Amino acid sequence: MAVITYREALNQALAEEMERDDSVFLMGEEVAEYDGAYKVSKGLLDQFGERRVVDSPISELGFAGLGVGAAMVGLRPIIEFMTFNFSILALDQVLNSAAKMLYMSGGQISCPMVFRGPTGAALQLSAQHSQACEIWYVHAPGIKVVTPATPADAKGLLKASIRDNDPVAFMEGELLYNLKGEVPDPDDGDFIIPLGVADLKREGEHISIITHGKMVHVALQAASKLEKDGIEADVLDLRTLRPLDVDAILATVRKTNRAVYLEEGWPWGGVGSQIVSIIQDEAFDDLDAPVVRVTQADVPMPYAKNLEQIAKPSVDRVIAACNRVLYRNS
Amino acid sequence: MGTAEAEATKPSKTSGENGNGTSSPGGAKLGDFSKEELHRFMRAMLLFRRFEEKAEEAYAIGKIGGFCHLHIGQEAGALGLIDPLRQDDWVITAYRDHTQALAKGLEPGPVMAELYGRDTGSSRGKGGSMHIFGAEQGFMGGHGIVGAQMPMAAGMAFAAKYRGTDQVCVCFMGDAAVNQGAFLESLNMAAIWKLPAIFVVENNEYGMGTAFSRVSAVPMIQRADSFGVPAHTVDAQDIIETWSFMDDLVKQVREGAGPQFVEARTYRFKGHSMSDPVSGTYRSKEEVDGRVKEQDPIAILRNRLFEADLMTEEELDAMDDEVRKEVDEAADFADEAPLPDPAELYSHVYAEINEHGRLFFDGRDGEAGHPGGGKD
Ligand SMILES: Cc1ncc(C[n+]2csc(CCOP(=O)(O)OP(=O)(O)O)c2C)c(N)n1
Ligand SMILES: [Mg+2]
Repeated sequence: MAVITYREALNQALAEEMERDDSVFLMGEEVAEYDGAYKVSKGLLDQFGERRVVDSPISELGFAGLGVGAAMVGLRPIIEFMTFNFSILALDQVLNSAAKMLYMSGGQISCPMVFRGPTGAALQLSAQHSQACEIWYVHAPGIKVVTPATPADAKGLLKASIRDNDPVAFMEGELLYNLKGEVPDPDDGDFIIPLGVADLKREGEHISIITHGKMVHVALQAASKLEKDGIEADVLDLRTLRPLDVDAILATVRKTNRAVYLEEGWPWGGVGSQIVSIIQDEAFDDLDAPVVRVTQADVPMPYAKNLEQIAKPSVDRVIAACNRVLYRNS
Repeated sequence: MGTAEAEATKPSKTSGENGNGTSSPGGAKLGDFSKEELHRFMRAMLLFRRFEEKAEEAYAIGKIGGFCHLHIGQEAGALGLIDPLRQDDWVITAYRDHTQALAKGLEPGPVMAELYGRDTGSSRGKGGSMHIFGAEQGFMGGHGIVGAQMPMAAGMAFAAKYRGTDQVCVCFMGDAAVNQGAFLESLNMAAIWKLPAIFVVENNEYGMGTAFSRVSAVPMIQRADSFGVPAHTVDAQDIIETWSFMDDLVKQVREGAGPQFVEARTYRFKGHSMSDPVSGTYRSKEEVDGRVKEQDPIAILRNRLFEADLMTEEELDAMDDEVRKEVDEAADFADEAPLPDPAELYSHVYAEINEHGRLFFDGRDGEAGHPGGGKD
C-alpha cells in the first residue's frame, strides 16, 4: 500500500490502462500540454505522445461526439470534461448517441468509453460552475455512472470503467483531488473495483447514512459527531449509481431500520428520490421512521460565501436529519 | 516610437467579398479628438487598471473568492468597443467582465461589492466575478459557459429588429469561444435575419493554456466571411483606433448594415484566472514581458499624449491619484456593505411565487426564509 492523492490515483489508472491497451486515448481541453486543468493527466503527454493525449478546442459537443464515433468503431476513448458543468453542452451526444447506440442498433454497436471530470460544487464558483450533474446522466438507461470518494476507489473504479464495454460517466470532485489515502501498489498487480458494488465506509447499528461521491466525507464527519452522542451510524457509499447495489442498501436498512440519504445535488428528482422509492418498495416493513433526504438547497448556487454555506449540505444538516429519523431532540 | 505606435496609425481592416456595403470603419488620428475626450479615455483606462489591481489584492487576502479573471492589458478594448454605445444598446460578455461592466456605466462600488459577495453588489452578491449584470445600463451579463452568450446576443438583436428600434447588441467572447457550435449557429442566424449584432472576439491569443493557432486551422475572420458576415480586425491596444472604429461600425449597424464580426487583437497580461500562473508551460516569461512592454494600452496612449503635448506628467499623476482614490472608495463600499440576508437564498429563483402548488423542495430541516414551500 502507498499513500497517494486522489489525483495521483486517477493518473495511475489512466497511465496503466493506456499502457495496457493502445485503443485507449485521452481527449479534452488542456489535457496534454497543460497537464490537465486539475493536473490529473500530468505527464501523460510525455509518456504517450500527442497521438494518444489530445488537446481539444473548446467544443464539448464536438469532442464528446468524436469520442462516441471512435468508440463505435472500436477505440476506447476517455473524454475529459474540464468540469461536468460544461458537459451539459455535450449531453446530446451522451444521451442521444452514446446511451442509446447499442439499443438502437439491436446490439450491433456499443460505445465503450468514459466521460470523466469533476462534478459538484467547489468554493464560491457560483451558479454555472457548481452543479452536481450525476442526475442528468443516471436518468438515462444505457449509461453507467460512477462517483468515487477515495483515492483507492478512484483508481480501482476508473480502471474498471475504462475496461467496461458501455459508456461510463465517471464523476470526480474538485475538492477531492488533493485527498490522500491508501492505494494498493501497482507492483502488486492490477487493482480493479467492479462497478455496482457499494462499500460500507463505516459500521454502526442505529442509523444508515447512505450517500455517494464527495458527500461520503460529510457523512463520515457527521457519523463521528453522532458517535460522541452514543449514536452509531452505518455509512454506505454507493460508489456507482448505475449499476446500483440495491442489496447493500437493503442490508443496511434492515440492520438499522432508519436511513438518511445525503447527496450534493438538488432535491427534486434527486438520486435520493430513487433510493427512497426502492427502500419503501422493498423494505417498508423494516423501517422505524420515514427516510429523510439531505440535499443542496433547491436554488441555483449563490456566490456569496454566507449564502453558499447554507445552500450546501453540511455536517450539521446531516446530524439534524439523523436526529429526526431517530426521533431525538438534538 | 515603438511598433505599437506604427501599428496604431494603420486603419483597421475589413476583409472578404462580403462587405455588404459597409465601408471600412476607423482610421482616426489623435487630432480627431478633443483634449477633454482624450483625457477621459485615459482616466477610464486607468480606472479599469486600478480596479483590477485592487481586485487582485483583495483576492490575495481572501476578500474575493471563486474564479476571478482580470482584464489587465485589455483595457483599450473594454473602453473603445463599449464607450461608443448608447445606454439602451446592449453588451453581453463572458466571465472576464469587470471592466466591461464599468465601461457600460456600472459604478465601481457595486461591481466591487459583487466581487466581495455583498448585498449591495450589482447582482446582490449572488453572481460574483463571472456574473456582473446591470440591466439598467444595458449590461446583460457576464456568462460562465464559453460561447453561451452568443445566441443570447442574437436574441437581443432579434428583439431590437422585432420592435423596430435602432438598438445594437455587442457580444464579446474570447478567441477560444469561436470553436463552440453556438458561434456558428449564432452567426448564421444573425446573417440570415440581418440582425443588429456585433460579435467581438477579444483575441488575446490564448484560451487558458491553449494558443489559438493550435485550435483553429484558419484565421478566425475567415469563418465570419463564410457566413456572409463582414469581418474586421482592429488593434485593440490602441484606444484611438479602437474607439473610432467602433463608433463608425455601431452607426452602420444602427442604420441597418446587419451583423458584423470584429477580431479585436489584444493580449492578456495576467494569468487566465487568479489560480493560473502568468506564464509557464504555454507561454514564456519573455513573451509576456515583451508584450507588456510594447503593448500596454495605457502606455501607448500616454506616450502619444505626451508627445503631442496634450498631457503633462503632473496631470497624469493627479489623474492616477484621483482614480486610485475612487477605487479605494469602491473597496471601502464593498468592505462595509452587509452580507446578503440568509432569507435571500430563496429570492430570485422564480419571478413569481404562485399560491398553488409547492415550488421548493427542501425546507423541511428549517432553511431560513423559505417562501414557497418549506415547512408544510
Ligand atoms: C463550455 C465551457 N467549457 C470550458 C470552460 C472552462 N474555461 C473557462 S475560460 C476557458 C478559456 C476561454 O478562453 P477564451 O475564450 O480565449 O477567453 P479568455 O479567457 O482568453 O478571455 C475555458 C476553457 C467553460 N467555462 N465553458
Ligand atoms: Mg483568449
